[in-house]
Amino acid sequence: METAEKTLDEILTLAADHFKVPREKLSPDGDFFKALGIDSLQTLDLLTKLENHFRVELPDYELQGVTDFRTLAAKIQARL
Amino acid sequence: MGETQFQGQTLSWNLKDGVVELALHREPLNQISSLTLEELEKFVAALDGLNREAHALILHSRLKAGFCAGADLRELYQWIQQYGQVEVGKHAREYLERIHSVMNALDACPLITIAAVHGVTFGGGFELALTTDLIIADKMARFCFPELRLGLIPGYGGIPRLKRDLGNAAVRDLLLTGRSWNTTKAQQIGLVSQVVSEGEALRAARATATQMGKFDRTTAATAKRFVKPIPHEDLRREIDIFCDLLLRPAVQAGLKKFVESTGAQPYLP
Repeated sequence: METAEKTLDEILTLAADHFKVPREKLSPDGDFFKALGIDSLQTLDLLTKLENHFRVELPDYELQGVTDFRTLAAKIQARL
Repeated sequence: MGETQFQGQTLSWNLKDGVVELALHREPLNQISSLTLEELEKFVAALDGLNREAHALILHSRLKAGFCAGADLRELYQWIQQYGQVEVGKHAREYLERIHSVMNALDACPLITIAAVHGVTFGGGFELALTTDLIIADKMARFCFPELRLGLIPGYGGIPRLKRDLGNAAVRDLLLTGRSWNTTKAQQIGLVSQVVSEGEALRAARATATQMGKFDRTTAATAKRFVKPIPHEDLRREIDIFCDLLLRPAVQAGLKKFVESTGAQPYLP
C-alpha cells in the first residue's frame, strides 16, 4: 500500500502536470486553488484525475473546506 | 421533410449519412435557459421529418468545459425575483411541462439516441443525457444531481428515468448525497455504456451509430419501445413535487447564495 508521503507526492505531480504549473510552485500546505489558479469546475477535473489515478472514489462533500494538498492526500489515503 | 440542419444560439443540428448530430454550444456550460428550451422545441418539431431520413441521433457538446451544467439558475432566480409566489408556481409548471414535452419526445424518438458526454453532466444536463438510449462518456465526465443543495429535486424527468435505468439504491446515492460520479463508477453501475479517452466520446458515438445503421429500423424502434417505457405517472408526479418545493423560502435562499457566490466551490454542498 502507498505511504501518505508517496500519495502526496503523486498528487502534486498530477496537479502540476494537469494544470501546467511548475511542480516546485506547489507546496503541500499551501492553498491549491490559488497555487493552481482553478475554479470549482476545474476542481472537479482534478478530482476525476485523482480518482482515476488512485482508483478510488472520493465523494465531493469530503472536499468541502479542503484547500491544501496534504489534507487532500489524507482523504485519498483513507480510501486506498 | 423537417429541417435537416439548423444553427441556433444555444444549439445546432445537422443530418449526415443517416445520423443527426445535435450539438449544444451555449457558453459557458450549456446551461438550459428559456432560449435553449425554444431551440429544443424547434428540434422536436423537426424530428418527424428527421425520423424519416435518419437512423440515429447523437447529442453532444461543443464546449470544452463539459456536456451541460443543468438549468440556468441565474435565469430561474431572476424569475423568482420578478414574479410573486403564486405567479412563480404557475410559470414554473408551464415551463416544466414544456421541458418534459421535449424530454419525452427525445426519450420516445424512434431513432436510436446516444449522448456523447464529457466533463460536467449535471442536473438538467444529466437529465437530457438520460433521455437517450446509450451514454458514451469520456474519462473526464462527471454525473451529478446537485438539486438538493438548492432545496429542490431534479425537475426535468431525471428521477423517473434514473429509476427506470438503475437500481433504486443508486438513485438514492446520487439524489440524497448530491455527490458526483466519475465514469468508472457510472459504468460499473450500468449508467454508461462505453468509457473512452478524453475527447473521444463523439468519435465513439459516431462509430456506434454507424453500427446501428446496419439493422432493420422498424425492428430497432420496436425493440426500443419494448425495453424503454416512458414513466409517465412518475414524470407527472415529479413536476408536482418540484413546483411545491420551489415555493419554499429555502429555495430562494439557496438560489441567491449560488448566484451571488464568488467562492471557488459553488458547486460543492
